[in-house]
Amino acid sequence: MAISFEIPEFVQQMAQMAGFMAQTYMRPYARQLDENEHERPKAFVEAMWPILRDQQKATLEKLTAPPANGGDKGGEPKKKRPGTRNLQLMLMIEQLAWGDAGVYLCLPSAGLGGFAIEAVGTTEQKLRLLTRFAEGDQPVWGAMAITEPGAGSDNSSIATTAVFDEEHNQWVINGEKIFITSGKLALEESNGLVIVWATVNKAAGRAGIKPFVVEAGTPGVSIGKVEIKHGIRASDTVSIVFNDARIPADNILGSPEVQASSEDKGFKGAMATFDASRPIVAASALGVGRAALEFVKEKLAENGVEIPYTLPYHKLTAVQRDVLEMEAQWKAAYLLTLRSIAMLDEGLHNSLEASMAKVKAAKACAWIAQKAVEMLGMMGYSREWLVEKWMRDSKIAEIYEGTNQINTLIVARRVLDYSRRELA
Amino acid sequence: MVSFTPTEEQQLLLDTIRRYAVNDVRAAAHEADESGQIPPELTRTGWQIGLVPSAIPEELGGFGEMSALTGVLAAEELAFGDLAVALQVLSPALLAYPVSLYGTAEQRENLLPAFLEEQFIPATAALLEPGISFDPFDLQTVAAADNGKICLNGSKAYVPLAEDARMMLVYARNAESGDVDAYIVEKGAAGVQIEKREQLMGLRALPTYRVHFVNVEIEAAARLGGAVGSDFNVLLNRSQVALAALAVGVARAAFEYARDYAKQRVQFGKPIAQNQSIAFMLAEMAIEIDSARLLAWEAAWKLDRGEDATREAYLAKQYADKMVLQVADNGVQILGGYGFIREYPVERWLRNGRGFPTFTGMAIV
Ligand SMILES: Cc1cc2nc3c(=O)[nH]c(=O)nc-3n(C[C@H](O)[C@H](O)[C@H](O)COP(=O)(O)OP(=O)(O)OC[C@H]3O[C@@H](n4cnc5c(N)ncnc54)[C@H](O)[C@@H]3O)c2cc1C
Ligand SMILES: Cc1cc2nc3c(=O)[nH]c(=O)nc-3n(C[C@H](O)[C@H](O)[C@H](O)COP(=O)(O)OP(=O)(O)OC[C@H]3O[C@@H](n4cnc5c(N)ncnc54)[C@H](O)[C@@H]3O)c2cc1C
Repeated sequence: MAISFEIPEFVQQMAQMAGFMAQTYMRPYARQLDENEHERPKAFVEAMWPILRDQQKATLEKLTAPPANGGDKGGEPKKKRPGTRNLQLMLMIEQLAWGDAGVYLCLPSAGLGGFAIEAVGTTEQKLRLLTRFAEGDQPVWGAMAITEPGAGSDNSSIATTAVFDEEHNQWVINGEKIFITSGKLALEESNGLVIVWATVNKAAGRAGIKPFVVEAGTPGVSIGKVEIKHGIRASDTVSIVFNDARIPADNILGSPEVQASSEDKGFKGAMATFDASRPIVAASALGVGRAALEFVKEKLAENGVEIPYTLPYHKLTAVQRDVLEMEAQWKAAYLLTLRSIAMLDEGLHNSLEASMAKVKAAKACAWIAQKAVEMLGMMGYSREWLVEKWMRDSKIAEIYEGTNQINTLIVARRVLDYSRRELA
Repeated sequence: MVSFTPTEEQQLLLDTIRRYAVNDVRAAAHEADESGQIPPELTRTGWQIGLVPSAIPEELGGFGEMSALTGVLAAEELAFGDLAVALQVLSPALLAYPVSLYGTAEQRENLLPAFLEEQFIPATAALLEPGISFDPFDLQTVAAADNGKICLNGSKAYVPLAEDARMMLVYARNAESGDVDAYIVEKGAAGVQIEKREQLMGLRALPTYRVHFVNVEIEAAARLGGAVGSDFNVLLNRSQVALAALAVGVARAAFEYARDYAKQRVQFGKPIAQNQSIAFMLAEMAIEIDSARLLAWEAAWKLDRGEDATREAYLAKQYADKMVLQVADNGVQILGGYGFIREYPVERWLRNGRGFPTFTGMAIV
C-alpha cells in the first residue's frame, strides 16, 4: 500500500453520472418539493428505480453464484482485494445530495434497512428479503426504525417489545417508532419493509435488543404522524405504531446463534451498520456543503470577487478569508470521509474514523451553508435562491445517525480508551 | 486507488524517527529551550537518520528520494519530538532540496555531495523579510544584473543557522523579470551582515538571525538553475506542506500529552478526562489534527505527481496554522495551572505552535 488519493477512472465516471442525475432530476424540482412538503419526487424516483433495482439484482446474483463466476457461494472465500464499493457509494451520494438532500433520501432502495440486512442477515434472509428491491416496475423502499419517543440518543432504552408466540410460530411486536425516514414509502406506498429494533427481554438491556423485519401489509402496523420539518422536506419522516403486529418467526434478523445470544451481538450488529452508514451521512453533508460553496463562489465571481491561493493572510479581504475557510473546512471533511470509506473498502475497522468524519462533515457543512446565507445578503435569505434551503437541509446531518454530541462521545471514548461506563 | 497506509519503507523510516523523537529529542527539549542550545550530538543523531542525504540525486551518491509525501510524514514525526530540533535537523534541506530540484549540473555537483557526509553540514535559506506585512510574492530583496554579475540588496529575517551556515539560498526579486529567484550565497560573502541572534517567543533552542545584504556581489552562475532558473511556486508549495506537517507534529505532541495527563489527573473524585467538557475537547483535537494531516498529505501527494498543488498547499498551511494554535491552547488548558509552568512541555508547544503563520519558508520537503 501507499498513500494515495487517486479515485479510479470508472468511479469518477459513476460519480459524474450521479451528478448528471442530480442536475436533471433533482435541482429543477428542488424548490417545488421544498414548498409542497409531502409531494413525492416522481421524476427522480422513476429515473433511479431501474438503476438501483439492477444493482441490487447484481448483488444478489453474486450471492448465489459459485466463486468461479465471481460469486460468494461455497468454498473458501477468496482473498479479497480492497474494493471500491463504498467509495462509489460515497461519491454518488455526495453528488445526489448536491442535487437535493431531501430528494436523495427518497432513493428507491433497501436503504438503511438494506445496510442492516447486509450486516447481520443470513444468506437465506438476504435473498428472501432483498429480492423485492431487485425486480419489477414499481419502486420499493426499505427503512430502519430504532428511535422512539423515550429512546433517542440512548437507543439502548428501547421499549418496543417483541414476544415470541410459540403456538403460531410468530413474533408479536408492540410499541411506537418515530422519525422514521421513508417509513410511509416502505409500508404504505410500496411493497417494502422496515427493520424494527425491539427488545425481547427488557431486563437484559442491550443484549435483549434484536432487529426484526416488518413487511408492508403486516396487520397491526400503522403510520402515525407524518412530520413537517425544518429542512429535507422532500424526505418522508413518519412515526410507526405497532399494535400486536405479528411477523413470521424467521423475520428476526441474523443467524440463530446471534438471535439466541445472551450477549449484545444483535445490538452490536446495529452499531456495525453505523460504521458503513455514518460515512454516507457525511457524504450527503458534503454534497449540500459543496452546493452552497460553489454557489457562493459563482455569485462572488459574477461580482468580480476572485479567490486567490497565494496571498498572505493579512492581504485577504474578509470575504476571501471566509471563502478560503469554507473551502479548507470542506476539504478537511471530505478527506476524513474518504479515509473512513477507504478503510471500509479495505475491510479495516473504522468506527473511530466513521464518527470523526460524520462529526466533521456535518458540522463543517452546516457552518458552510449558514455562512453562505450570510454572505449572499438579502438574496441569501430569500427563497428565490436555494441557499436558504441548503442551510435548512444541512442541519439534519448533525442530528441523525447519532447526533454530533453522540459521535463526539464515541471519538472521545476511543481516543481515551474508555468504556461506556467510564465516559458517559 | 485510495489508501491511507504509508509504504513499508516509509513506515520503517517513521519508526526510526519516532524512536529518535521520543527517546532523544523529548529528553533534551526542555533544557534546549531554556538554554537556547541544541546539543550537537542530538543534531548529529537526527542528521544520521539520513533524511536529507536520501534526497540527494542517485548519480551523486544519494537515493534520489525527493518525495514530498515521505517528507511530510517525517516532518510530523520530528516535530512530535520538538519543533526547534526538527527545524535544525532539516535546515540543510532548505538549500539541498531546491538545488536537487532545480540546480544546474554544476551546482548539483559542487554543492550536494557535502550533504552525504556523516557530519551535519549547516546550510539554510532566507525568504522571510522583516516587518509586519510579508508577502512571498512581493519581496523587497532585489537581485540586479551588474556587469555580468548579480548584486543582492535587502534584508531577511528568521534565517535558521545563518551564522554557521556554509551556504545560504537567498530568495529575491529578479529586477529584470520581476519573478522570485533563488541565489546561492557562500559563507563569508562580502556585504552579508548577520545580526545577533533573534529573540523569539518560541523556537528558543533554534538559532535564527536577521541578515542584511548590502551590495552583495555574486556570480551569475549562482542563480539557482542558471539561465533556466527555478519554479518558486513549487518551492513555496513544498515549504507550505512541510510547515503544515510540522504543525501537525506539534499539535499531536500537545494532544497526546494532554490526553494522558487528563486520564491520570484526579479532581472531584475522578480523572478529569471523565468530564465531557475535557473528553470532548480531546475528541475535537483528535479530529482537527487528522483533518490537518490529511490536507498536508493530499497536497504532498499532488506535488509528488508533479501536479500544481498551489491551492492544496495553501489551504493545508492555513488550516494547520489555526489548528495547531487551537490544539496547543487546549493542551495548556487541560493541564490547568501546571500547563502554565515551564516544567511541563505544553506551554512550549503553545509558544512554538503560535509561530506557524509567521514561519514562511523555514522548512521544505
Ligand atoms: C428527519 C429525521 C430523520 C430521522 N430518521 C430516522 C430513521 O430513519 N430511523 C431512526 O431510527 N431514527 C431516525 N431519526 C431519529 C434520530 O436518529 C434522532 O433524532 C437522534 O438520534 C437524536 O435523538 P432525539 O431526537 O431523541 O434527541 P435526544 O437524544 O433527546 O438528544 C437531545 C440533545 O441532547 C444531546 N445528548 C443526548 N445524550 C447525550 C449525551 N450522553 N451526552 C451529550 N449530549 C447528549 C443530543 O446530542 C442532542 O443535542 C430521524 C430524525 C430526524 C429528525
Ligand atoms: C501563575 C499562577 C498563579 C497562581 N496563584 C495562585 C494563588 O495565589 N493562590 C492559590 O491558591 N492558587 C493559585 N494558583 C493555582 C490556580 O488557581 C489553579 O492552578 C487552578 O485553580 C486550577 O487548578 P489545577 O491547576 O489543579 O488544575 P485542575 O483542577 O487539575 O484542572 C485541570 C483541567 O481540568 C479541568 N477540570 C477540573 N475539574 C473539572 C470538572 N469538574 N469539570 C470540567 N473540567 C474540569 C480544569 O478546567 C482544567 O482545564 C495559581 C496558578 C498559576 C498558574
